[in-house]
Amino acid sequence: MAETVFAPWDDPDEKPLIRFRNVTKRFGDFTAIDDLTLDIFAQEFFALLGPSGCGKTTMMRMLAGFEHPTSGSIELAGSDIASVPPNKRAVNMMFQSYALFPHLSVWDNIAFGLRRESSDKDAIAKRVEEMLKLTRLEKFARRKPHQISGGQRQRVALARSLAKAPKLLLLDEPLGALDAKLREATQFELMDIQEKTGTTFVIVTHDQEEAMTVASRIAVMDEGRIMQVATPDRIYEAPESVYVADFIGDVNIIEGQVKAASDGLFQLSFADGQPPVLAASETPFYDGQNAHLAVRPEKVSIHTEQPDASDNLLQGKVLDIAYLGNLSTYHVELPGGQVIKAQTANTRRLSRRSITWEDPVWISWTKTAGVLLDR
Amino acid sequence: MRRVILIAVPYLWLLALFLIPFAVVFKISLSDIALAIPPYTPTAKDGLWTMLSGLDFENFVFLTEDDLYWKAYLSSLQIAFFSTFLTLCVGYPMAYAMARAPEQWRATLLMLVILPFWTSFLIRVYAWVGILSGEGFLNQFLLWIGVISAPLTILNTNTAVYIGIVYTYLPFMILPIYSALDRLDGSLIEAAEDLGCSRLKAFWLVTIPLSKNGIIAGCFLVFIPALGEFVIPSLLGGSGTLMIGKVLFEEFFSNRDWPVASAVAVILLLILIIPIVLFQRNEQRQAEAGK
Amino acid sequence: MTRLSPFNVVSLTFGFVFLYLPMLILVIYSFNASKLVTVWAGFSTKWYGELLSNDAFLDAAWVTLRVAVISSTFATVLGTMAAYVLVRGGRFYGRTLFSGMIYAPLVMPEVITGLSLLLLFIGIGMDRGVLTIVLAHTTFSMCFVSVVVSSRLMTFDQSLEEAALDLGASPFEAFRLITLPIIAPAVISGWLLAFTLSLDDLVIASFTSGPSATTLPMKIWSSVRLGVSPEINALSTILIGLVTIGVIAASIASKQSALRAKRDEQAAARAQ
Repeated sequence: MAETVFAPWDDPDEKPLIRFRNVTKRFGDFTAIDDLTLDIFAQEFFALLGPSGCGKTTMMRMLAGFEHPTSGSIELAGSDIASVPPNKRAVNMMFQSYALFPHLSVWDNIAFGLRRESSDKDAIAKRVEEMLKLTRLEKFARRKPHQISGGQRQRVALARSLAKAPKLLLLDEPLGALDAKLREATQFELMDIQEKTGTTFVIVTHDQEEAMTVASRIAVMDEGRIMQVATPDRIYEAPESVYVADFIGDVNIIEGQVKAASDGLFQLSFADGQPPVLAASETPFYDGQNAHLAVRPEKVSIHTEQPDASDNLLQGKVLDIAYLGNLSTYHVELPGGQVIKAQTANTRRLSRRSITWEDPVWISWTKTAGVLLDR
Repeated sequence: MRRVILIAVPYLWLLALFLIPFAVVFKISLSDIALAIPPYTPTAKDGLWTMLSGLDFENFVFLTEDDLYWKAYLSSLQIAFFSTFLTLCVGYPMAYAMARAPEQWRATLLMLVILPFWTSFLIRVYAWVGILSGEGFLNQFLLWIGVISAPLTILNTNTAVYIGIVYTYLPFMILPIYSALDRLDGSLIEAAEDLGCSRLKAFWLVTIPLSKNGIIAGCFLVFIPALGEFVIPSLLGGSGTLMIGKVLFEEFFSNRDWPVASAVAVILLLILIIPIVLFQRNEQRQAEAGK
Repeated sequence: MTRLSPFNVVSLTFGFVFLYLPMLILVIYSFNASKLVTVWAGFSTKWYGELLSNDAFLDAAWVTLRVAVISSTFATVLGTMAAYVLVRGGRFYGRTLFSGMIYAPLVMPEVITGLSLLLLFIGIGMDRGVLTIVLAHTTFSMCFVSVVVSSRLMTFDQSLEEAALDLGASPFEAFRLITLPIIAPAVISGWLLAFTLSLDDLVIASFTSGPSATTLPMKIWSSVRLGVSPEINALSTILIGLVTIGVIAASIASKQSALRAKRDEQAAARAQ
């Protein structure tokens, strides 16, 4: 028997934990969320990704109960939560600023939510100790928030929001205030804790790497609409639109007219005097249709001498080189003026730089390397 | 429901004890004096029509006819204006020196400026009576060093009122100017000098314009309360010192002419509206610029 | 910045001498044995003795203290509510009028405030006394409290309240357990301000009090109208002394708490 993959979104019988149904939210004239429909399943680590002002924070605040949809409904475990105030929802939130109560100790911060619903001191103490252990904060229990480091504060905020064992945990840019090194370590910690507790996490972030690392599925948002919801690898390798392709990672976008070549293969003419490029696509295109080919730079190879035949082979000269340490990105200018980025891994230390500015080079990629997009 | 209570309690309190009293003042300012107690007519008990028909602008006409009143308004404006200017002349150099003082002194200097504010206003004004009187300390000192041969008459003159206003309102002038100068980036002066300004020119072209908002705020904070001042002119001023706050107080307590006192108050309020609106606009602009 | 120039030193010296010399003279001459206040006749504390045996002054001080404690407490409650409404109340009918009524008393001449309240009290037939002074003082000092508290509330991180709600606190619990403890320093300084304003007020109290209640400033006023008196000097010295001790103690306390916070943060930085 094959190992079961966690993919409730592919199972038509699975009931979603959260269901946004045609939700619209307006602030005056400004539409923050535009007719949005989305399902999130139990135990998912779901990421809302988009630039600032795309509506991701508004969605989160609607889930927490601080904003109400102008129209449409939001269901949690099958029941509409519109009329439930924030303090009665089985949803907890980890704030971007952490919002730790400055006058309470770490222990009292974590106990705050528990004390609101129970007066059983022993049970509260037990739960707080459990949370301190989970987030490795035992030593800091008696400190005040301003007496601990940024990373520790982040863990207190997490422990506090998890203490009540919510059905759903919302994380608003949870790692935004941490430096790069700490952020990376904390991402894995978050995934670990999510797995241990089995809580459904919804994370809001503008950091695509963070979303790719932690999430089981990502919703890419723009101007109050969802552009695509898919697993990280699908978002990266099979974007459905130029916007998504461009938003996640680096990409070459080649625009042109399509002509069907053979079964599932299309030719894209993108410039006069250049041969058309060949791309495979499962979605059909009609002849003469405008389309964009999105090719990731790491899938484009660069050669100093003309290689053997390839699906797509173009000649140009090196315009710019970005040396990033582990990688080098070459900006290659084609005779028509278009610039294509090609990336190579610097696998050998101090390798002879065989390619330099103004060098004539060849670039190539396979017919399946890119995605043909109609929008 | 809670929100309604939260809003309603302070709202109703202020309506009842701030706004309605003004309506009462306004109504009485339109009433006629009567010798009965309370010394005005008519009241709501007499019915609405009698009340309305009894109202007229007689008291306001009276204010324009008796030159005591418009002289008092003019002299209040004049005294408030000049004492504001004097306060600026004393306060600006102090604020400037405080902003240039070494970092570790500033908190102490600031506290020294604020401390008198917590001390009784009445006592601070009273302290000057003993200094400025005929046989007071100032005259004793001046006679001793031989500058004058006979005591000067300072107490019970407008000069004493100026000194009193400058003295009591000095902190209000210093604080906003200091906070403007404190924010000022020292490298701006250096840049101006680097670009060929002399020290004085840099001060005039950079420091003064950048502390303008502090100067304006400080001037209003002195001018507005000085205009309606009562304690200082009564204690330090003489019979010739006409200030409208004092006139109002005397009209009310000595002459027991409530309608005229109310009319005096209404006009004072109208005069004050202009500087108050200007002041709030300045504050708002500053708040917006600070964002 | 840079070193002080001689001009700066002179203006500071002159300014502070101007601010403090009158009070200093007052304090020194309160210990003068002579009845003639401008002639020094040796050290004596007899005016303090006379002051403490003067029932009229003691009564007035007691009235003033009662009025100040009660009115500043009411003013703090009402002013904090008003500040909360101003900063967090959102939109409601008559909001502009409300904020106008908060800010207007700050710049209103005392003679007008006093006159209008007196006419109101007479109009509704209220006996004037301690109660009317308390009402008057509460009204104008609540506006000062609300300005102090609302400036603190404006910098208050609203997500702290949201976090409390999110963790299951009712709106009232969120205020009581989170907001109030955090803004407490501003509320306390608001109370102190209201207390000082009430202690200090002459004009409004003169208008709104009746024969049954005389406050200390009113008592001082009626005696200083007649000229300088050594008893008033002694009283002034006591008041100046109390205020100085209070302000210095408060500033030392706040300095120490700032130092402690700094030490804590440094400790946290090391702990990382």
